[in-house]
Formats: sequence, C-alpha cells, structure tokens
Amino acid sequence: MAHDLASILRRARALHEDLDLESVRRWKEAHPGAKAIGHMPIYVPREIIHAAGMLPVGIVGGGDQLEIIRGDAYFQSYICHIPRSTIELALSGRLDALDGMLFPSICDVIRNLSGMWRMLFPERYVRYVDVPQNFDPQVGGRFWRRELEALRDDLQRWGGCGGDDDALRRSIAVYNEHRRAVRRLYDARAERPWAYPAPEMYLVLRAGNVLPPEEHIEMLESYRAAAPRDTSRTPKDHARVVLRGAFCEQPPLGLLATLERAGCYIVDDDWLLGLRWLLEDVPLSGDPLDNLAQAYLRASAPAPSRYEPSGDRGRALVDTVRRRRAEGVIFCAPSFCDPALLEQPMLVPALERERIPYTQFKYAEDTGQFSAIREQAGTFSDSIRLWSEA
Amino acid sequence: MSGRMPNAQVQKDRSMHLQKQMIAAHYEALERAPQEGRKVVYTFVPGNLAELLLCFDILPVLPEINALQSGMRRLSGSYVSEAEKHGHSEDVCTYVKCDIGMLKRGNIGPTGRKLPPPDLLLLSYTGCFTFMKWFELLRQEYGCPVAMLHVPYQAQGRIEPHHLQYVVEQLRSEVIPKLEEVTGSRYDEDRLRELMRRAVQAEDDLVAVLESAKHVPSPIDGYFGAVYYIGPIFSAFRGTEQAVDYYRTLRQEVEERLRQGLGPVTPEGPLGEERFRLVVEGPPNWTHFREFWKMFYEEGAVVVASTYAKVGGLYDRGFRHDPARPLESLAEYCMGCYTNLGLPSRVALLESYIREYRADGFLIHSVKSCNSFSVGQLLMLRQLEERTGIPGGFIESDLVDPRYFSAANIKNRVESYLQMLAQKRRAREQA
Repeated sequence: MAHDLASILRRARALHEDLDLESVRRWKEAHPGAKAIGHMPIYVPREIIHAAGMLPVGIVGGGDQLEIIRGDAYFQSYICHIPRSTIELALSGRLDALDGMLFPSICDVIRNLSGMWRMLFPERYVRYVDVPQNFDPQVGGRFWRRELEALRDDLQRWGGCGGDDDALRRSIAVYNEHRRAVRRLYDARAERPWAYPAPEMYLVLRAGNVLPPEEHIEMLESYRAAAPRDTSRTPKDHARVVLRGAFCEQPPLGLLATLERAGCYIVDDDWLLGLRWLLEDVPLSGDPLDNLAQAYLRASAPAPSRYEPSGDRGRALVDTVRRRRAEGVIFCAPSFCDPALLEQPMLVPALERERIPYTQFKYAEDTGQFSAIREQAGTFSDSIRLWSEA
Repeated sequence: MSGRMPNAQVQKDRSMHLQKQMIAAHYEALERAPQEGRKVVYTFVPGNLAELLLCFDILPVLPEINALQSGMRRLSGSYVSEAEKHGHSEDVCTYVKCDIGMLKRGNIGPTGRKLPPPDLLLLSYTGCFTFMKWFELLRQEYGCPVAMLHVPYQAQGRIEPHHLQYVVEQLRSEVIPKLEEVTGSRYDEDRLRELMRRAVQAEDDLVAVLESAKHVPSPIDGYFGAVYYIGPIFSAFRGTEQAVDYYRTLRQEVEERLRQGLGPVTPEGPLGEERFRLVVEGPPNWTHFREFWKMFYEEGAVVVASTYAKVGGLYDRGFRHDPARPLESLAEYCMGCYTNLGLPSRVALLESYIREYRADGFLIHSVKSCNSFSVGQLLMLRQLEERTGIPGGFIESDLVDPRYFSAANIKNRVESYLQMLAQKRRAREQA
C-alpha cells in the first residue's frame, strides 16, 4: 500500500466513489467462495463476520453521487433519504456483490427496511440485529449474547469457514487494533485539526466500510503520519466545534468542506460511528461471544438510538466538548431523522447550562447547495471567535 | 350517492354511554390522584401492561390517547406549534409534540382536567423507536424514574425462546421492582392472574365484535368504528369489571345488529346500503376524524378490517392473556402487537383480512408522523396487489397535525378509488 498522502487520498476517494462495490468484487475474486455481508449503520459486530471468513461491508446509502430513479417509488416524501438511495443501489444491481445484509436496530426506518429487503430479495440472507436496550449483564447481556450466537450460527450454516472461538478471538484482536487506530486518528485530528481537513478525514475513515480491517488499519496509520507532513497545512483562526447528528445518513463531502471553509474545525463528530462504537478493547481471554456482548453493554458510544439509563443525555456531549477543547457544537442531522432530531432538545439544555454555543441545521445525503449552511456556520464561527466567553 | 340512511335518528347505544362514563371517571380519578395519594404511571398503548399496573392499583396515563383526543378536539395544532417553539423539529412525530406542547401549556388533558405528573414512566418499548425518545424527553421534563422494557422486534415472524426469556427477565428485574418501589406494595401474582382472567373475557368479546364484520353486510365499521371499540381494552381498562361489562354489552348490541341485518352506525346514523367492503392499513387522522370517516360512509364504504385496530394486540389471531403463565403471557402480548411485526408478517395479515373479510379493496392511510407504520407501505401496496389481484389505494395525512390534512385532496383520492372499484365490479358483472 502506498504511504504518501496523495496516494492514500486517491485510494480513499476511489473507494468512496465505488458505488458498484468493485472493491468488494475484487476481494471476493481473491478469496474464492468467500462471502461479503453488508450492514446498515450504526453498529454490528463485524468481528463475527470477519471470523467467519467473510467481508463486512458498511452501507450508508448512495450519497450525492447517485441519481434516484426507482428508490423514490418506495418511500413517501417525509422519510429520510438513506433508505431510498440504499434501495436504489440494490435494485440497480450495485449491491449484487453482497451475499447478505444486516439491519441493526437504530430507528423505525432501518427496521422496516429490513422487512422490505426480505420481500424484495428473498434469496439473500437478511438479519435484523436487535441490540439490547437493557444493560444488566444478566438480562440484556444474556439476550445479546444469544443474538450474537444466532448470527454466528447463521453465518456458519450459510457458508462461513471457521468462526470458532479461536477465530473469533483473532478477529476481536484485529478489530481492537482497528478501533485503536481510529481513536489515534481522532486524537491526532483534535490536536491539529488543520492537518486533517474534514473531507479528507472522512474519506479515509469511510474506506473502513469496505476494506478488510487489516488493510484499513494500515491506511489509517499511514494517513495519520502523512497528513501533518504537508507543510502547506497551517493553523487558521477557526473555531473548534463538535459535530453531532450524522451517525446514519452521511453528510455530503461538500458540506464538510463548507463547514471548514466557513471557519469551523471539526474536532469530534459522530459520522461512521460504528467504526469506533466500542470505546474499550474487547478482552481476548474467555468466551469471545460473552466478551463482545459485555463490551456492548459496558462501553458503547453514546448515540441517540441507544437508551441512556442514567437519564443524563447531555453529559457525554459536554464531556466530549471539554475533552476536545471544543468551543461549540453543530447539530447537523439529516432531515426526517427521528433519533437525531428528537435527541436535540435533550442536548440543548445541557449545552446551555455549560454556556457552550451551538447551532443547528439539517441536510440530506444528496444536498448540493451549501450557501445557506456556509453563511450559518460562518456566523457561528465568527460569534465564537469574537464573543465567546471560553 | 350516499350509502347513509337518510333522516336517520342518531341514537347512542348503551355501550357508548358506558365508555363515555368510564373515560370520564378515569380522567376524574387522575385529577384527584395527587390528593388521594394514588400513583400514576405514564405508558404506551402497544405492549401496555394494564393488568400489571392494575395489580398495583396504579392509574395509567397513555400519552398517545391524550394526543389523539386532543386531535379530535382540535387542540393538537396549537400544542404542536408550542412544542416547535420550544425547539422540537417540524420533521418529527406529532404525537410527541402534541404531548410536549400540552405539558408546556399546563398539562390540561383533553377533557379539560389537569393531568397529574407521572410517578414513573413505564417505557414499554414496543414497535416504535420514537417511544424511547418520547419518554426520554418526558423524563427530562418531569425528572421521574423510568422503567425500560425492551421488547424484541419480530423481524422473522416468530417469537424466539430467548426473546421470551429476555422480556420476562426484564419484567422481573426492572419493571416489577420499580412498580413495587413507586407504590410501596408487593407484587401479587394471584391478583395478576385474576385480572388476566377478566381480560380474557373482554378479549373474547372484542374478537366477536371485530369478526362480525365478516358478515355481509357488516354490522360494524372495523376502522372508524373500531377506534371506539378498542379504546377500553387498549388503554386503562383491560382486566377491569368495567371492561368486561363494556365488551359484553357491545357484543350484544353488535350481535343484535347482525340479527337484524343492519350496517354500522355512523355519526349521522345507521349506514344504508353497503356498497364497498374495504381493508385499511395505517392509523386514522384524528384532527379531521369525522370528516375523514364521512368520505367513506357517504359512498357506502365500510371498513371491514383494519390493522390499526390491532396495535394493542392481535386478539383476532388467537392471542389471549394466559392466567396460568402471567408474565410469559404479558411478554408474548408485547411482542405480538401489530407494529412489532416484520413487514412480511404485516403483508400476510392484510392479505388474510382481504380474503377472510371478502373485501372489494384495500386502502393504505399513510401518516407522516409514524415511521413505524409508514416505512415500507408503498411496497406493501404492491405486494398486496400482486397477491390478491385487487388494486389498492394510497392516501397521506398525519395523526394530529392539522396542517397535513388536505381534505379536498384526500376526498378526491378516496372517491376516485371507490369509483375505480365500482367500474371494475361492473366490468366483472358484464363479463
């Protein structure tokens, strides 16, 4: 793999533009008989797919590169964009490289999309991944372990090779390292955001949706080292902001570039959150399914789709703002995204109590006009830099 | 052409009076609850644990019922606007915004009586993700405890043993202890069994009422009329003697109509000729409920079965609360509610309704507020058309946001659809 910045970014961009999943087809050609399993946001236990000798492939819709021809006929106008572009990808044959599809429980849209998939593609493997909302190890933990076991059994029955406990431990080790690499990149970006422009950072992370984790670790590490070596990247008088709301339908690259051009350094975000969902390493000794199950209960990223037993919805966001030395928060959610939009009124009071400035707007994955957002983000950045008490 | 009997005297049946008294008494009890020291739990209709709450002498408040009642009384529009003023997005569920808006305006319930704050929010997370966010929002407003009951979705159309175990364990370790803590009372399983025995009587009678629509002509409307029939059993009354009495009375009335060969009672009197038999998927619009219903009965269209009448349980498919297995039975009840079923199961149910109830057509009423119902309905429409050979209709509005009810547009669609059914019928008869 090339380690210079231009090559890394060229590859990451090519993967982003690869709507036909040619990279997945190539992987399958190189691994005869092996299967590829797609999954929707946010979190699925990719370790189990990997351990079965399969390629996990994150699907996050068609973004702004896909013309919707058939997808709109399946969804009413008041439903978010990601299911229509995902259906469009599937109906146009672009997801044919995928042998199966997982739909994690995140909202009613993705949930019902799993049923649509069953009806539209009855010959393909489909599983709804019902993550627990009870965090008692003996209750939610037992349920989740059984769900993980069922997924593992399915994949083994259905053509997986390996997948036994040792294979799963090896896969957990790989994904522990992968999450560490992602965290290192996030830390580096928070330290020097001018060295890691948001659209670039996004592309490099996004490659993790389709690359095998071992390859993606290499890309992450190479990018982390290469980006700051570009001496043209120097600090600007930008506001440091945390971005929230983009955990499912993804913001277009143009939007990320716009935010930065408008004077906002994104020092933390929740896009592609599944890549770093587990906040701690999963232990390697003992029962690997138990370990995965308990890690989910103990150390999941805070997300609107996950019940918060403590009731303090704003605490994690305020902590992130402090830890990243951010000066404000941008709520940037897709239109009609129930979890993100219902969450915002719970987060705002926490920010107001802490006198943390915020602004909010909505997007769709195929939004093409950013002038209003640029103006809003620019005003937000100016207000922080000129008048913030921080 | 009107299918309604002209100059008919509108007479309220005894069951209607009974229900009115039950609801009025319930809201009065809620208003008095703080003074009388009775505990109040807010919870949701799908997967509600009415018998368990009654077992602890708890008064339930069902925010969806308040929202729909506010919609019917034309109060919801201003509540929705109030919530939007407080930062709630125009994109999200209007039940939630109606509830939040009502709270911000002093929590005066739909009957004009003040609703007490909850001692506990029982988040029976069945068939709808928005429920979770809704009660997280209310928790922030009230600062009260929450009992979370995660009910696994039936994506594969069957209840797995570990699903059942998970829900029962949550009832034992999360829900019951919190009910005990709030009330200071011990869980009494014998009492729960007794309440369930009464629930079964009401459930049997409700099924008889709903299935009376298999008769031609149907003595009931299984959607607009059924909204009233399901009220007590889907809300605060399942397991009570009042519910037993109500459903026994209702069943007798319906069976009498059946004997006389009468059609459903509409707000303007008994329906005359039954011209169309329809199956409907999706909740009704509440802000223009009567106007909406009128679009149907004026054309002699009767809804013989609806999925909305199953959001609080699929009793017509055999489910009954089982006093011999009380907690397991509650778990099965929660998992079997209509919106907790995968789309293939929903399509299969609709298909069976169309056949069993000898429907001429089916209509999907898609509401902006409810992704749980709405996502996938356009595919359901196609699948049903393919499987039954019957063309379907599709109309859109909302639950309680009056801005989304375009009466002229909906009337036009309903009429056009019924005209198309009539043409097809004529063509068949001439063939």
